[in-house]
Amino acid sequence: MDREALMQQSLAETVVVPQLSPTARRRQIREKAIAGIITLMAFTGIAALVLIIVFVAKEALALFTDAHAREEASFSKMFLPQVARQGRPPTFTWQPVSSIPKVSMIPLFIGTLKTTFVSMLVAVPLGVAGALFAAEFAPRRLREFLKPIIELLAGIPSVVLGFFALMVLATLLQDTFGFTYRLNAVVAGLGLALAIVPVIFTVAEDALTAVPRSYREASLALGATPWETAWKVVLPAAAPGILAACVLGFGRAIGETMIILMASGNAAIVSSSLGDSVRSLSATIAAEMGEVVVGSPHYSLLFFIGVELFVFTFVLNMVASVWTKKVLKRLTGGAS
Amino acid sequence: MKHATRRTVGAALTSLTGLAALLIVTMLALILLDVLRGGAGHVTWEFLSQPPSDGMMRGGIFPALYGTAALTLLMTLAVMPVGVLTAVYLHEYASPDSRLARWVRVAIVNLAGVPSIVFGLFGLGFFIHFVGGGMDRMMGYQTMHWAQPSILWASLTLAVLTLPVVIVSTEEALRAVPMDHRTASLALGATQSQTLMRVVLPGALPGILTGAVLAVSRGAGEVAPILFTGAAYFLPDLPTSLSSQFMHLGYHTYVLATQSPDIEATRPLLYATVLVLLMLTFALNLVAVVIRTRTRRRAANAH
Repeated sequence: MDREALMQQSLAETVVVPQLSPTARRRQIREKAIAGIITLMAFTGIAALVLIIVFVAKEALALFTDAHAREEASFSKMFLPQVARQGRPPTFTWQPVSSIPKVSMIPLFIGTLKTTFVSMLVAVPLGVAGALFAAEFAPRRLREFLKPIIELLAGIPSVVLGFFALMVLATLLQDTFGFTYRLNAVVAGLGLALAIVPVIFTVAEDALTAVPRSYREASLALGATPWETAWKVVLPAAAPGILAACVLGFGRAIGETMIILMASGNAAIVSSSLGDSVRSLSATIAAEMGEVVVGSPHYSLLFFIGVELFVFTFVLNMVASVWTKKVLKRLTGGAS
Repeated sequence: MKHATRRTVGAALTSLTGLAALLIVTMLALILLDVLRGGAGHVTWEFLSQPPSDGMMRGGIFPALYGTAALTLLMTLAVMPVGVLTAVYLHEYASPDSRLARWVRVAIVNLAGVPSIVFGLFGLGFFIHFVGGGMDRMMGYQTMHWAQPSILWASLTLAVLTLPVVIVSTEEALRAVPMDHRTASLALGATQSQTLMRVVLPGALPGILTGAVLAVSRGAGEVAPILFTGAAYFLPDLPTSLSSQFMHLGYHTYVLATQSPDIEATRPLLYATVLVLLMLTFALNLVAVVIRTRTRRRAANAH
């Protein structure tokens, strides 16, 4: 009976089966229903992404539609220098809750870029070199020890890294370099680097280990040293994947919130010095959303920052996933 | 001669990359040592079992522990069925070149890269204002009941955030179940869903558990998404219903570290809280690593 049903099921694809016993039919209906439910569930991921876009953008929409919001937080006020008081030079100022709200996003962009710059400066060389070591030079035992350790580092909650930057790094760096402000872009950037090193390491290491052994053996057989093999054969073959690792790390650094909120000083200052306190886009949302009036221009503005962060990271993610695929394609000659 | 130079240069550069790896490990060790040194003496039974007192200058973290546990439990209940079934769809039901499967994968990759603070905004806009507001209107509440931060909305927000973690690790677990098991089951006349329920899912269970544990450890440490979806600064009572707010270890850490009137006095409490949070996430990650290596070994032996 069961066997018959199975045969009929596979035949049903190609041949019209005239009669199905009632049990077999019931079973077929049940199978279809289960497959349907599972397929429906698979839409949740897509739905979640769409809902995020819709509902974050929806609350920001007032900046375009509401007359009051459009006046208080127009694009020119967000991105062009504004004269705060007559006779003063135009400035970029973020003071959304003063009597005359000043909503320039430029200080926030600068703050985000500064912390991201510091973190990338530290995390990219460390992460890529570490991955190269793990994939090419480390003995197997050491490598199997190294990977879980770095996974542990990846598992540290960002609020703990923020705490570490705030309590330990800040004092250490101020004593060493004599920063005027205890909390600044360098402190936050170093804290951030702790969070993105594991990301860069993991993705880069994956790309490096995906390079087939035959490449290495060929290079060694031609008389190249292990280092030359790693540098001139393996690294170029994995280059898009390593770039993808850096891009992913960059995206993480832009969106990371708690570390910057705790260790940057949160002052929206326009300056080029890395020793000044900074305020990032993400930390601004975290710091100001708690006290904002729902539906006010300031509220819409914070959601607009969310839209910006979403768009930045979305683009970076797409770029990274294309580059990761490129590695596989290059290594398999487009076979898969 | 030239060969010798090449070797020396190679050795030097090799040790340079080794140094980078060593530096990463050292950073981890430094964090651990600092937290251990600052907190180990203060994690006592009283600390774990009592609420904060004296404006958080004294007392323990029990409500925060309880809140974190309740939050992650709710999150896990919400994320596991959806995550596991999505992975089942991708690996067992979808044909490899299905367009829907491709879209689902793109969505998951992007979901994994959305900044956590944006999830917070999403939770506020969608769960609290849209769903919560809608529920209040439907049930005829005069005051806001569901349309405000609560443990339910915070845990659902975290469930969306951890969805990619669960899907990716479940799919890996499904991949580890040998194809022979499926064909054997089908050959014996079992239907696809019977095979799934009695052969594939039991076989993948350790890997699915790994996913759950990883999701919990990730979810338990995230603070940004719960800042305005449910976490409370201080609550005298434990949360009693889904619409209550809650205290949270990570948020408590943030509050103690940045808003204490006297940081020197709070320092021991702060370090002890961080130590507990860190040990919890490490323990969870360790469990995940152990289950995973075991499953991998078993899968390797099966071939």
